[in-house]
Amino acid sequence: MANRTIAPKIIDPVEFDLHLKPYEKKTLDNGIEVYAIDAGAEEVLQIEWVFFAGNWYEQQNMIAATTNFLLKNGTASKTAFQISEHFEYYGAYLNRGCYNETSTITLHCLNKHIEELLPVVQELITEATFPEDELKLYKQNNKQRLSVNLKKCDFVANRHIDEYLFGIDHPYGKYSSAEAYDAVDRDQLKAFYDQFYRHGKCILFVAGKIPANLFAQLNKYFGSLPLNNKALPEVTHPIVQSPNIGSPIRLSNDPDGVQGAVRMARPFPNRHHPDFLNVQVLNTLFGGFFGSRLMNNIREDKGYTYGIHSYLQNHIHSSAWMITTEAGKDVCDATVKEVYKEMKKLREKSVDDEELLLVKNFMMGSILGDLDGPFHIIGRWKNIILNDLDESYFYNSIRAIKSITPAEIQELANKYLQPKDFYELVVV
Amino acid sequence: MIQFDRFSLANGLRVLVHEDHSTPMAVVNVLYDVGARDESESKTGFAHLFEHLMFGGSVNVPNYDDPLQLAGGENNAFTTNDLTNYYCQLPAQNIETAFWLESDRMLSLAFSKKSLEVQRKVVCEEFKEHYINKPYGDVWFKMRELAYKVHPYKWQTIGKELSHIENAKIEDVKNFFFKHYRPSNAILVVAGDVTTAQVTELAEKWFGDIPAGEKYERNLPQEPKQTEPRRLEVKANVPLDAFYKCWHVGSRLDSTYYAMDLITEILGGGGSSRLYQALVKEKKLFSNIDCYHFGSTDAGLLAIEGKLVKGVKLQDAEKAVEEELTKIKNEKVSESELEKVKNKTESAIAFEDMSVMNRASSIAMYELLGDAQLMNTELSKYQQVTVAEIQKLSNEIFDENNSNTLYYYAN
Repeated sequence: MANRTIAPKIIDPVEFDLHLKPYEKKTLDNGIEVYAIDAGAEEVLQIEWVFFAGNWYEQQNMIAATTNFLLKNGTASKTAFQISEHFEYYGAYLNRGCYNETSTITLHCLNKHIEELLPVVQELITEATFPEDELKLYKQNNKQRLSVNLKKCDFVANRHIDEYLFGIDHPYGKYSSAEAYDAVDRDQLKAFYDQFYRHGKCILFVAGKIPANLFAQLNKYFGSLPLNNKALPEVTHPIVQSPNIGSPIRLSNDPDGVQGAVRMARPFPNRHHPDFLNVQVLNTLFGGFFGSRLMNNIREDKGYTYGIHSYLQNHIHSSAWMITTEAGKDVCDATVKEVYKEMKKLREKSVDDEELLLVKNFMMGSILGDLDGPFHIIGRWKNIILNDLDESYFYNSIRAIKSITPAEIQELANKYLQPKDFYELVVV
Repeated sequence: MIQFDRFSLANGLRVLVHEDHSTPMAVVNVLYDVGARDESESKTGFAHLFEHLMFGGSVNVPNYDDPLQLAGGENNAFTTNDLTNYYCQLPAQNIETAFWLESDRMLSLAFSKKSLEVQRKVVCEEFKEHYINKPYGDVWFKMRELAYKVHPYKWQTIGKELSHIENAKIEDVKNFFFKHYRPSNAILVVAGDVTTAQVTELAEKWFGDIPAGEKYERNLPQEPKQTEPRRLEVKANVPLDAFYKCWHVGSRLDSTYYAMDLITEILGGGGSSRLYQALVKEKKLFSNIDCYHFGSTDAGLLAIEGKLVKGVKLQDAEKAVEEELTKIKNEKVSESELEKVKNKTESAIAFEDMSVMNRASSIAMYELLGDAQLMNTELSKYQQVTVAEIQKLSNEIFDENNSNTLYYYAN
């Protein structure tokens, strides 16, 4: 009979020796780098074309996002409907995404259909036409969607907190508006497309059970395009922080609202900063997982919220440390107070070994689980490569988890978890 | 083809093992055959509240999460109208921790008053976050009540109203547990870097001595056939008018399920689907439109919903939807259009099967439907659907007397 009062023995995951499966790297005839992870049992592929065509490079708000969205809404020989139908007929998913520095086209498909799909992806990169009526419809429908989102306190709070951190003109701080949509002009899209897609800089990430001829196929369709010929323009964007740091900001968005969106954030350097990896451990302890201090106090003890989280924003140039939750309207202020209390505890009292071991084991187990499967592995590599890091970043992050001490955690809390450095926003 | 082994313990617990030695992880998935449909109408939202309480400590283990996280594991759970599913993933070396935690909370909860008090509040905040403090958040409260008059699908998993959750008593919690959370009412799936021999031994050791309890016999009133159209209009503080319409469809095990699923794909799945192309792109009546079904175990609903372009009248939008439905009722879809949605289904299944966690929960769900082996015959059932069946079933479903329509007006 099992003794239920004693926990079964475990191997502490902090002792695990974790490895990041290396990629295979090839270069197409025109210099496009292809990073590949060949793994998995299913006959499926994920191919991602990453362009340096994010909003970092646009001259006017929404140009990068609109260009990216409309890539699949018309080419010289196909309508938007025909393009969608082609990918869907082969059971493929063609997605696109626009981020700050980069934008992407992502294809998920069964291996057996790859040869039918690559030529049409090529068409999107070389012959997109941005039809006027597609642009008009895009503007109308996005303005409508925006009007719905603006009713949501979390959506509104996210916009404001980013604006405080980086400034309304910075790529990380700016946001959409009906006026910005209205101002988008087709010629701007065509010019942006020509510079940052047709003649842009592109990197490929491939993962799945990779067929032997895939590289030859990629070279055939993408290796002779006029990509990666010109250097990217040197663009810098000054960060303009709002002066209202360290003082409470309360905004009213919906008079009938029953919850408030709480956002607390401080500027934080990017991944190249020597504190970045250690702070990831402190963040996990503070608000980065279900067993965190914030979750235990504010959800599991007080019941103020369905969930509270903290994280470091995923930006290349400069990051921010963010705490987010939606809490009952009448307990928002109490929630903010408890967050500060948890910061204070971390500053004043060093974490005990037992709790720190739990955090370390959790983080290691979570990385082990996340290294499972080709799509996850390529995701890690993509992050490393686009942030201009190398595999030592992965091994240093493991080392940070294994070796950080309670004293170092406390020192970091004193350095970074100071209320005066945080923006404090509640939107009801 | 997903391989698995299956055995039962003397107390009625069904155990399924899916070995996959390409992953260093193990997944332990426990499904309980209880959902919101098993609640009484005066105490709705209880199955879901109960899911929260399952993390509030069990008879011998004061805290579920800490030991799991210490072992490098993560977990979560969800409740639907039909079932409640708990799953955790952890390094395979530490799998016994999951057996210890899951078996102790099947043996008995601690029934802590503090946990009930806190989780009542947490669930009320969840209710507010997703259903009150969101534009259009109340739609399916209204639609379910319109479409179901008898069957407990007439309320949502989260519950009918906040007060039902606020009034939950510790006695209700105890009764619910011993009625529904017995081994004979559960399915345990263990997947990943494990062997059947190892799982057999661990299952006997940790779950073998849990009393069988009484088998819960479900006896729900089935929804009578709807015989006339039902309509409802509401006004709310939202920026855009919206259109919702739903029709009754068969149960999950009904032979028409596969054709019904493909109909929703033809009408509303993706950029080349009929409703999107005709009503968003060509006629510009809707800014978005979707068609989907609920996939529920008992007879379910197929729904079409969309937000209208400003200035468009709801009557005109509905008329245009009806024109598309008339088309699919009167004309056979082309073979290539049917082939398209079958191909989409094939690849959706392949991508879903990539994660061992998904495979584990699929095995549990199909076992609940009657036989885990069903998951290996799904694709061929989709392949067998014909254009004639699509047309016949469209005529059965899209009958005005079978429909429930909601006009959601902006203030």
